[in-house]
Amino acid sequence: MNGEHSRWLLTEMLRVRRFEEKCVELYSAAKIRGFMHVYIGEEAVAAGVLSTLGPDDAVLATYREHGHALLRGVPAGAILAEMYGFEQGCCRGRGGSMHLFDAATRFYGGNAIVAGGLPLAVGLALADKMSGRNRVTACFFGEGAVAEGEFHESVNLAALWQLPVLFCCENNLYAMGTAVGRSESQTDIALKASAYEIPAWSVDGMDVLAVEEAARRAVDAIRGGGGPHFLELRTYRFRAHSMYDPERYRDKAEVAHWVERDPIDLLRAALEAAGELSAESWTSIQGDVDAEVQAAVDFAEAGTIEPVEELGRFVYSEADPT
Amino acid sequence: MKTTYRDATRAAIRDAMQRDDRVFLMGEDVGSYGGCYAVSLGLLEEFGPERIRDTPLSESGFVGAGIGAALGGMRPIVEIMTVNFSLLALDQIMNNAATLSHMSGGQFNVPLVIRMTTGAGRQLAAQHSHSLEGWYAHIPGLRILTPATIADARGMLWTALQNPDPVLIFEHGSLYNQAGDLPDDAGAVDIDTALIRREGADVSLITYGGTLGLVLEAAERLAEDGIDAEVLDLRTLRPLDDAAILATVAKTHRAVIVDEGWRSGSLSAEISARITEHAFYDLDAPVGRVCSAEVPVPYARHLEQAALPSVDRVVAAAREAVGTHG
Repeated sequence: MNGEHSRWLLTEMLRVRRFEEKCVELYSAAKIRGFMHVYIGEEAVAAGVLSTLGPDDAVLATYREHGHALLRGVPAGAILAEMYGFEQGCCRGRGGSMHLFDAATRFYGGNAIVAGGLPLAVGLALADKMSGRNRVTACFFGEGAVAEGEFHESVNLAALWQLPVLFCCENNLYAMGTAVGRSESQTDIALKASAYEIPAWSVDGMDVLAVEEAARRAVDAIRGGGGPHFLELRTYRFRAHSMYDPERYRDKAEVAHWVERDPIDLLRAALEAAGELSAESWTSIQGDVDAEVQAAVDFAEAGTIEPVEELGRFVYSEADPT
Repeated sequence: MKTTYRDATRAAIRDAMQRDDRVFLMGEDVGSYGGCYAVSLGLLEEFGPERIRDTPLSESGFVGAGIGAALGGMRPIVEIMTVNFSLLALDQIMNNAATLSHMSGGQFNVPLVIRMTTGAGRQLAAQHSHSLEGWYAHIPGLRILTPATIADARGMLWTALQNPDPVLIFEHGSLYNQAGDLPDDAGAVDIDTALIRREGADVSLITYGGTLGLVLEAAERLAEDGIDAEVLDLRTLRPLDDAAILATVAKTHRAVIVDEGWRSGSLSAEISARITEHAFYDLDAPVGRVCSAEVPVPYARHLEQAALPSVDRVVAAAREAVGTHG
């Protein structure tokens, strides 16, 4: 185990965890409204995959994307201000929790139509291939998306045209309240993807080191001209689907079972067992993360609303038409 | 030079491909088959399979890929074989193409052109005869073009490709064989304004796309009766050229809107509303409308013709508008 790198991964996961715990608190305090979906329990997926990408690569995610945005490099304050609906938000308050975008880090949302981002990923990768740029487009989606036609159309197109796409299926076992066994005739998601003649692997999505290793193999292969790759990341969301979900569809015992495999606890225990994480070091990591979250709250709290006169801006582009 | 609407459309695509390496054409049967309506015939040989890109029957997939490629710096022309199949891509058009600029606070824009055939009149029955361009004109974030002439078929595409936002171009299926003259130096045209296709003083006939021809024919029939009709070709359905609509109504004081879409909740309803909102006191007669009958378009020729706007119906509506005041 590389202690320094693993401690960094632990920090990355903790940044998402603490940020979102704060989001839940702020939602309860009515600072954040609309639909909000937290990633708590699934942090190893975003942390492990995103650590393998470079700044020129592109990332697309779903409406459960706070963690992806944060780890991609979107400032925590800009994400939180977006959820507050403030002008200082990463989309000036026009997107909210489900629609985080950031051109600087090539973060293309924040898509709240299940499977809606997959065709975009295919197109971004097509543009790279046609332009001779060696870049990877990573696209995250849930296992619920696998039942959508857009999933099949997109994987087929990417395979047919050998495009540099990394498909990352975050299989958390539930499409909102519908268990995967109640929505898929074939529940082996990687097997489904491999029917399109692309390399597809299932990975323990609670083990960030395993996720990272698989993602690195896939990204290296894609950069080497190996065409699209598919990862099924087996994970679990510890919290409700959204802030409105009474969770009638699953047992508390099942949740408790998965919480025992909390990705942050697992890596922390492994690091401690290897003598790579002292008590002081863990305290220091937590302190840094808490400070970042507090700074984000301070930034959002100081935000301002965009003048309502600007309502109609950006419906049509203000960009230079070249 | 003598040409056709089809050849002018092909010339526009070829010109765009030659002028800008980022432009490519993608869609079902655009390559080896030469285009369902033979618009892209020969382009595969000229530009190769990367830039004349055949797709599977995956409308949502390849329209979304066009949006993604536009985000990635390309200037795609996506051909959807017909408007009827565009419904399979409606999610991508409405939830992605039309929203990304606004939703991202202006960080991203989608410089994409989507072309598709529209309209009825060829006995293709209900699932191949829709006229949904008015529907698409409902959506903020899109621009909707309806070239009705050979010059516009030749000239609108390049201007659309220069636009930073998604532009949908609707080509009525009955227009492809339309023949006529096109100046040798014909090129880009504006996509912002409606144009008077026939000057007149007594009644304004407002239309677009596939019905322009029959409206011009109706105007000639009306002239035989001493009724001098003005014909306004909207050209662009979103944004509408309000100034041109209001100007012709102010001039003739009577308006008939001809729209192959269904009447309820239609583009013709929108234009009628704008006229009554902004030119009510200019009117000497109620605004008239000639639309398609509210039925799925039938196969049998006599039933289909009865369902669609016709020269006779336009003439009758214009006479009623003029007669109301007389």
